[in-house]
Amino acid sequence: MRGKFARIVLASVAVALLAMFAAVGDVGGAAVQEKAATNAEVKIDNFSFGPTALTVPVGTTVTWTNRDDIPHTVVSTDGVFKSKALDTDDKFSFVFSKPGTYPYFCSIHPKMTGQVIVQ
Amino acid sequence: MSQSKKAGILHDHNHDGIDRRGFLKCMAWAGTGALCVVQGGVLKSYSLSRANEWNAAKMAGELSFAQISDSHMGFNKAANPDVAATLKAAVDKINALSVPPEFLLHTGDISHLARPEEFDTVDQILQGAVAKDVFFVPGEHDVIGDEGKQYRDRYGKGTQGEGWYSFEKKGVHFIGLVNVVNLKAGGLGNLGGEQLEWLEADVKQLKASTPIVVFAHIPLWSVYPEWGWGTDDSAQALSYLKKFGSVSVLNGHIHQIMQKVEGNVTFHTAASTAFPQPQPGKADSPGPMKVPAEQLRSVLGITDVNFVRGQHALAIVDSQLG
Repeated sequence: MRGKFARIVLASVAVALLAMFAAVGDVGGAAVQEKAATNAEVKIDNFSFGPTALTVPVGTTVTWTNRDDIPHTVVSTDGVFKSKALDTDDKFSFVFSKPGTYPYFCSIHPKMTGQVIVQ
Repeated sequence: MSQSKKAGILHDHNHDGIDRRGFLKCMAWAGTGALCVVQGGVLKSYSLSRANEWNAAKMAGELSFAQISDSHMGFNKAANPDVAATLKAAVDKINALSVPPEFLLHTGDISHLARPEEFDTVDQILQGAVAKDVFFVPGEHDVIGDEGKQYRDRYGKGTQGEGWYSFEKKGVHFIGLVNVVNLKAGGLGNLGGEQLEWLEADVKQLKASTPIVVFAHIPLWSVYPEWGWGTDDSAQALSYLKKFGSVSVLNGHIHQIMQKVEGNVTFHTAASTAFPQPQPGKADSPGPMKVPAEQLRSVLGITDVNFVRGQHALAIVDSQLG
């Protein structure tokens, strides 16, 4: 019984501490957010891009990973970027240095579409 | 949405006794190829997986050839770690036929990643075929990275545009079309204006009694557009073939056998020599279907023979019904 009580107390302390850290995080919000957003990922699963629409700040490196057993490509509809064929677990990265909306698709399976929104 | 499509796939329109179960059986993976026989100007297609049950005398015709498809050389995942062996098995089956086909048609996805060594391996295996002529059309995997330049350097001698062409064999007019290049975001297979113009001119002078065989990688009928199994401008192409009494359309891409009859046109899709894909809408995606290793070869014998006779549609897939 005493052990259980101790665990509850510890858990409560942990929750309180977490809340404090979260609050501190909020204070330094801008800096933390910017740092975390310099990289973003898109996973290719079951013939679809996830997330289909990805919103990122300017300067973000977006990395696509193909997790299907079939090759895919990542090709900008407007000719901004174009990957080679990505076999299983292959990756493709592109740095988005200008704001805008970048629609893209898989040139092998053109039903697969997605977009990166850079703000 | 896909739910209603699924329900709409299977109908015994022709009251020919092909129910859902029969249809599903037809669609089991054959893993080999098809023997096509032109008899009295009409093309009939027989799955090689049932070759031991054929009646050779009944199947005699003025012309026979074999269709293989989707060899995906270079694929090495769980669905089939040895696609070279299964392609070779298909060639062996074709070679063992009592009436050898006069030539082979390969309806695309020769390679998996359009790598030179993948094409080399397929060429090497096909050299083992008794039939010396092989006619190709590209699949989307064969044109990765270069919109088909390498494919045309290898297989496209004497072809037009992106690699389309036609030829005659024993009075039958064959047309190889390319619907895998310049694909547009969100779209399906695509023939394009230039190719359509060429097609219209190509068939213009032919008599209406000439049997026509059209072959292309992605189906020229709407099998399941949600998975990209169709061609955006195929209706335009088919409109040029309306005057002909016998038109057969042979496709690959979907890694399973399907047939459909629409007026004077019979549509056929061939199995892959490499790996099966799921039935339309029956999985999250059209990715390779994993069959346990010990079953991979044994499923070769499951598929029912699909005969095409007169106006009877053996298996109908019509996503418009949904």
